[in-house]
Amino acid sequence: MSRAFSLALKQKIDETLARYPEKRAALLPVLHLVQNETGFISAEDERTVAALLDIKPIMVREVVTFYTMFNQKPPGRFHIRVCTNLSCSLAGGEKMVDYLKTRLGLQPGQTTPDGKFTLTEVECLGGCDQAPCLMVNFDHFGNLDRDKIERLLESLK
Amino acid sequence: MNAEQKILTRDLGPENLHRIDVYLQNGGYRAVKKALTHCQPGPILEEIKKSGLRGRGGAGFPTGLKWSFVPQETDTGKYLCVNADEGEPGTFKDRFILGHLPHLLIEGVIIASYAVGIPTAYVYIRGEYETLARRLELAIDEAYEKGFLGKDILKSGFDLDLFVHRGAGAYICGEETALLESLEGKRGYPRLKPPFPAKVGLFQKPTVINNIETLANVAPIILYGADWFLSRGLPNEGGTRLFGVSGAVTKPGLYELPVGTGLREIIFTHAGGLKPGRKLKAVIPGGMSAPLLKADEIDIKMDADSVAAVGSMLGSAAIIVIDDRTPILTVLKKIARFYAHESCGQCTPCRLGSAWILKTVDRMAGGEGEPGDIDALARLAANIQGRSLCPLGEAESLSVLSIAHKFRDELEDSLKNRAIIQE
Repeated sequence: MSRAFSLALKQKIDETLARYPEKRAALLPVLHLVQNETGFISAEDERTVAALLDIKPIMVREVVTFYTMFNQKPPGRFHIRVCTNLSCSLAGGEKMVDYLKTRLGLQPGQTTPDGKFTLTEVECLGGCDQAPCLMVNFDHFGNLDRDKIERLLESLK
Repeated sequence: MNAEQKILTRDLGPENLHRIDVYLQNGGYRAVKKALTHCQPGPILEEIKKSGLRGRGGAGFPTGLKWSFVPQETDTGKYLCVNADEGEPGTFKDRFILGHLPHLLIEGVIIASYAVGIPTAYVYIRGEYETLARRLELAIDEAYEKGFLGKDILKSGFDLDLFVHRGAGAYICGEETALLESLEGKRGYPRLKPPFPAKVGLFQKPTVINNIETLANVAPIILYGADWFLSRGLPNEGGTRLFGVSGAVTKPGLYELPVGTGLREIIFTHAGGLKPGRKLKAVIPGGMSAPLLKADEIDIKMDADSVAAVGSMLGSAAIIVIDDRTPILTVLKKIARFYAHESCGQCTPCRLGSAWILKTVDRMAGGEGEPGDIDALARLAANIQGRSLCPLGEAESLSVLSIAHKFRDELEDSLKNRAIIQE
């Protein structure tokens, strides 16, 4: 499905382009802007961005697929990223993933049928002093246990 | 350590120190005023060299020396890149600096750029730190409004533009040349060195790349002098480190302590030691890239040279403490999974080596290990060593080898017992 970029988005893209001596350098920030607006980056978006930056579509595709934070399909409204690297693991990070799997009926990488939650296992989030930790969209939550996760899920409306 | 000895965390009393008005009321931007109105670039460079400031990102390279490698002529364009792509497992110091001291970082960026004659700087922040990136952008806007960034800063004739650039979830972009590629809008594939970024860096121009904690130390050095800075560390490595302690301690957290503080003191005095009844098994002293130390190897000073002398690395000064309840196979599995996931795929030894190490470790952790698996792991790791394009493969190799050698008995036991590691 084709979708045109809004005027506001185009303006933000122009502002971003002005920060770099080469248009291609704006690729990551521009993809963030597109994803902020639409939740993911479609094949059509890739071609539109390529045209705006005067680069080949493959140059956009290779970047979208290289970086884990660019979504190639729509994620849930609440994207839960749970750290299971060493420090979080020592504090029970895997147990938090297991609890969320059961509670949401999801395997990591999946989205609930109502489109509300996506669950992902990730590497270190830089919250090791508050292990185990997770992110919901861009907000961090640490020192987790089952009660805290339950209250957190309750608050996500 | 008393408050007077601290450098980065000494002024944390006031609330909202991340706002420029509060920061200015508490003596902020004095270092920038001193540097730009009273100092020439040359003496600033000399003061940083004299201070013994070494890079806080991992490699520990002398900062003043790094700056001096950049050619002096200014008409061809040069760049400063701030590495805030925090991703080294166990590390959470950049989060602290971005959250509480964004203006201290901006001061460091201004002074470094002035000293090297750089007109444009970028802060590369890991994609997950979106809220912190916004906080830094707010601080940058404030600095422009007050005339600390932009054209003719403080009527010194010096111009500087500073921009925030967010990554998108790739550990490899913390490697300095992968960071440059990423900033240019490409995949994070490390470059071959030489040429080094000081000569051919961002957009093919001479470039300084410094860790955010390194730059946060610059303003205090300019304000109080190299001798003051050196008095807080060791004669050949000045200042403090933000030691991030996590894992099996009772008080995980960030502790600012002089370079050279004892590892045992950090774990047992500052971070509260282990929970009752637990015994120390191993310590990772500098983020996951640093090879493991056994419990009887922690009577060392935490400075780059001392940690290197025992075969590990001070790295990002992130200390991960592992107690006797954690099987070493669990640690090995985390390390193997991390590198297999984060290897960028560009060079074969790292791409395939990390994948085969993970396969072997997964088999061992599933209770299906074979008698020769430990030797196979050591062989795989040794085959990456010295053959990977960047330090990522090297780091995995050394970590896996440290476990295979130092914890061989425990690994043999788990193979014999067909121990299964639950995830």
